[in-house]
Amino acid sequence: MHLAHYLGLLHRAQVNLADAFRQVAEAHADEPDIQHLCQQQAQRCDAHAERLQPFAARYAEEAPDEPDRLHSQLFTGTRTGGLGLLRDLQDLYLMAAECDIAWTVVGQAAYGVRDEDLLATVQGCEGETAIQLKWLRTRMKQAAPQALVVAD
Amino acid sequence: MVDRIADPWGERTPYGPGQEWPVRVDRFLDGDRTEADVDRWAQSASVLHSNGDAMDIAVAGGRIVGVRGRAADRVNRGRLDPKDLYGWQANHSADRLTRPLVRDGDRLVETDWDTAMGRIVARSKELLDGPGGWGHFGFYTTGQLFLEEYYALGVIGKAGLGTPHMDGNTRLCTATAAAALKASFGTDGQPASYTDIDHCDAIALWGHNAAETQTVLWMRMLDRRRGPNPPAMLAVDPRATPVAREADLHLAVRNGTNMALMNGLLREIIQRGWYDPDYVDAHTLGFEELCRTVDGYPPDRVADICDVPAADVERAAELLGTSRRLLSTVLQGFYQSNQATAASCAVNNLHLVRGMIGRPGAGIYQMNGQPTAQNTRETGADGDLPGLRNWDNEQHIAELARLWNVEVDTIPHWAPPTHAMQIFRYAEQGSIKLLWISATNPAVSLPDLSRIRRILRQPELFVVVQDLFLTETAELADVVLPGATWGEKTGTFTNVDRTVHISEKAVDPPGEARADLDIFLDYARRMDFRDRDGAPLIRWTGPEEVFEAWKECSRGRPCDYTGITYERLRGGSGIQWPCNEDHPDGTERLYTDGRFNTDPDYCETYGQDLATGAEFTEPEYRAKELKGRAFLHVVDYQPSPEVPDEEHPMLLTTGRTVYQFHTRTKTGRAPQLNQAAPEVWVEFNPADADRLGIAEGDLVGVSSARGAIQARARLCGIRPGVVFLPFHYGHFDQDPTERTPRAANELTITAWDAISKQPIFKVAAVAVTKLADGRGVPSPAPTVGGSEPPPDADVPATVGGPAAQATSGKE
Repeated sequence: MHLAHYLGLLHRAQVNLADAFRQVAEAHADEPDIQHLCQQQAQRCDAHAERLQPFAARYAEEAPDEPDRLHSQLFTGTRTGGLGLLRDLQDLYLMAAECDIAWTVVGQAAYGVRDEDLLATVQGCEGETAIQLKWLRTRMKQAAPQALVVAD
Repeated sequence: MVDRIADPWGERTPYGPGQEWPVRVDRFLDGDRTEADVDRWAQSASVLHSNGDAMDIAVAGGRIVGVRGRAADRVNRGRLDPKDLYGWQANHSADRLTRPLVRDGDRLVETDWDTAMGRIVARSKELLDGPGGWGHFGFYTTGQLFLEEYYALGVIGKAGLGTPHMDGNTRLCTATAAAALKASFGTDGQPASYTDIDHCDAIALWGHNAAETQTVLWMRMLDRRRGPNPPAMLAVDPRATPVAREADLHLAVRNGTNMALMNGLLREIIQRGWYDPDYVDAHTLGFEELCRTVDGYPPDRVADICDVPAADVERAAELLGTSRRLLSTVLQGFYQSNQATAASCAVNNLHLVRGMIGRPGAGIYQMNGQPTAQNTRETGADGDLPGLRNWDNEQHIAELARLWNVEVDTIPHWAPPTHAMQIFRYAEQGSIKLLWISATNPAVSLPDLSRIRRILRQPELFVVVQDLFLTETAELADVVLPGATWGEKTGTFTNVDRTVHISEKAVDPPGEARADLDIFLDYARRMDFRDRDGAPLIRWTGPEEVFEAWKECSRGRPCDYTGITYERLRGGSGIQWPCNEDHPDGTERLYTDGRFNTDPDYCETYGQDLATGAEFTEPEYRAKELKGRAFLHVVDYQPSPEVPDEEHPMLLTTGRTVYQFHTRTKTGRAPQLNQAAPEVWVEFNPADADRLGIAEGDLVGVSSARGAIQARARLCGIRPGVVFLPFHYGHFDQDPTERTPRAANELTITAWDAISKQPIFKVAAVAVTKLADGRGVPSPAPTVGGSEPPPDADVPATVGGPAAQATSGKE
């Protein structure tokens, strides 16, 4: 059973996203809403990772070795300025999108394995990831015209 | 005669439930004048708070010589706030601006209008040239101009320049009121009427020191409290304000924890069966989720978070839950605090689950701070679109485009209009290059003032300031335009309970000062803005033409003015919108049938996630199938962005005194008002003061991560661990050689609510140290209001003396 691999993938994606939210918060501290909300969302990712941990451990016992090319690298550090902020938010968006689709996949597997607890965890968390995507899109829509058309 | 400095609320005129509030006419005339000395009276209403008290301006010899409340008006029935009785004297100040000023190196020099406007227009045309030119313009306006001025400014910005960067200082005072009304009910618009005080059996004041911010509203409440069958009263405020002292129950919550309190109260009300299941079923969406979330807030947990006794939480729930006609009023203690919109929506929830809305005595005031803030919101001179339209609804934008005869895409609608804090951020980054500030003073009123001054001083930012005086902000401008003020120009404005008043020109403005409307129209003419057919975009020449145009813009919207004319506003009482063919005499209450403005084609927003501000889309909104129901929004409590730590162990909250308005531009120039509260002070709980070795009158340093100020200590009834500073005090009346920093906003944090984008002024972590002994001289804090000292303190009472003698009574 390969479920453990996807739980591991999602777990690591949540940990990476938490870390990226914190880096962006720090790099763009002059944008107070970015700073505050990225810190807040980092905590949500922490909580997601924590909730996944016991399932990852339980299913790891039944899993074969982890396959190659399971994890992806979507974030390599922050940038500066208005355009830099837009690009950093875009990185966060893609990372949150990876989590979003992984929740779907893990949720499907939870049905397959008849694991009510895992399903409840997925249903409790996937909405929060969806809100992260939505917030990032909202903020980027607001920032894009000024950053791309107006700023020198 | 009555000294309205010593007694801001005057004599009681008690009345019972369902009775008409008795008339009491307040009057103040300069010197020994009597009504016989008055040449004529010009009709007006107050611009020194949001209550909308109607008054007449006394004119003698071409000058304003006093004011008198209008007995016929539904709002105040003749009463006036002390700020109105004495504040008009500022119009005559010797330091009024009478000619335009332009920057010449490090000086501002007098010039003529052609030169001043020429500079603005030349810079504007230069900036507008090329793609993205619109994005170099930012407008920061106010809550103190007239409806016509805001609408003209809104059209200039949206259809002339095509910029979304326009907001008002209403962002600081009333943005959360608008956001909470939109989120719960679909559009802005106050559900209740002031007459609900006449009918209610319980009043809850949520972070609202009505006694000092809306004194006439408070008089109405006090008159009910002194009459037969008085309403019960609940106050939520960290300070022992006059409201808290009057209330039957006072919850002095820890700053920043309103959300936890509201969730706890809702839990009690639901669990004890004090809600109305039929109303909830028929008229709301989200009850199950509400129950799930609030279930996590039993009284013990609320007591821990908010630092109030659990038994008081239960008593408060009982007071609210067993009332039959509950009236709530919400202001800055919620709006300028942590989780502002969510906590204000929770007050709406309380009324929705109890079915306490839309009938006499059962209602909500999501209050405004400033006198004409409602109009900034309605006309789209802030973060809203004209006529309370939805920026994300293509049809709404098309309506505006038809009205103004411009292309749809001329009007920026790719995102909500840019909020004030973001406008200043773009200016800081250099992409906004022209910032036009009208009738407001951000160099004293915005958070983190050293940053704001730094931005306004940036050489590449062209700053236009339009004001009555050389304010702390005007000092930093490149062009200063002298404005005419209240009493010197004609226009209309609307108060919290949707009452529209006219304010007539009583006298000529001083020197070359011009009405703000004339300044905006002059700019539009000089910029030669055109519509899609090549005709001038703006053809208005005076306020009544703009009002007539505005009526068309408001047609069919919640704020429908089509049944109102200048003529109808003259002579009698103000009129509550909507006023149209269906409601020719106006509308007392909204949502009387439990149908809300949440229809997707009508609503002002498709909604946001209350924790992050993430926008929902039209299809997502439609899928909720509201069918006229209201939203029950709920979120969990989250701690403030800044909490005390070892370095900054106390919490700072900022606020107001009854004697001053905003940054004292006017009230600081009215002798009776200014003498009552001449200088900043800092409030301490006696236990904190004792621990810190601070006594009444000692000079104290207050510092945060942003800055430091000095103020004399007042020991009074504020909760332990919290200090209070009034935010009014800038430096305009300080001797430049002896200035010490004293503005509260040197300390406040640049942070804002995720939905309303209202800055958080009520929660900053600070350190305090004693700097000098007061040697027994008390602080300059008034003894009236939240700064009232304990009864045994040896502090002389605040009085106005012979110069403040006003009349009051039935005439």
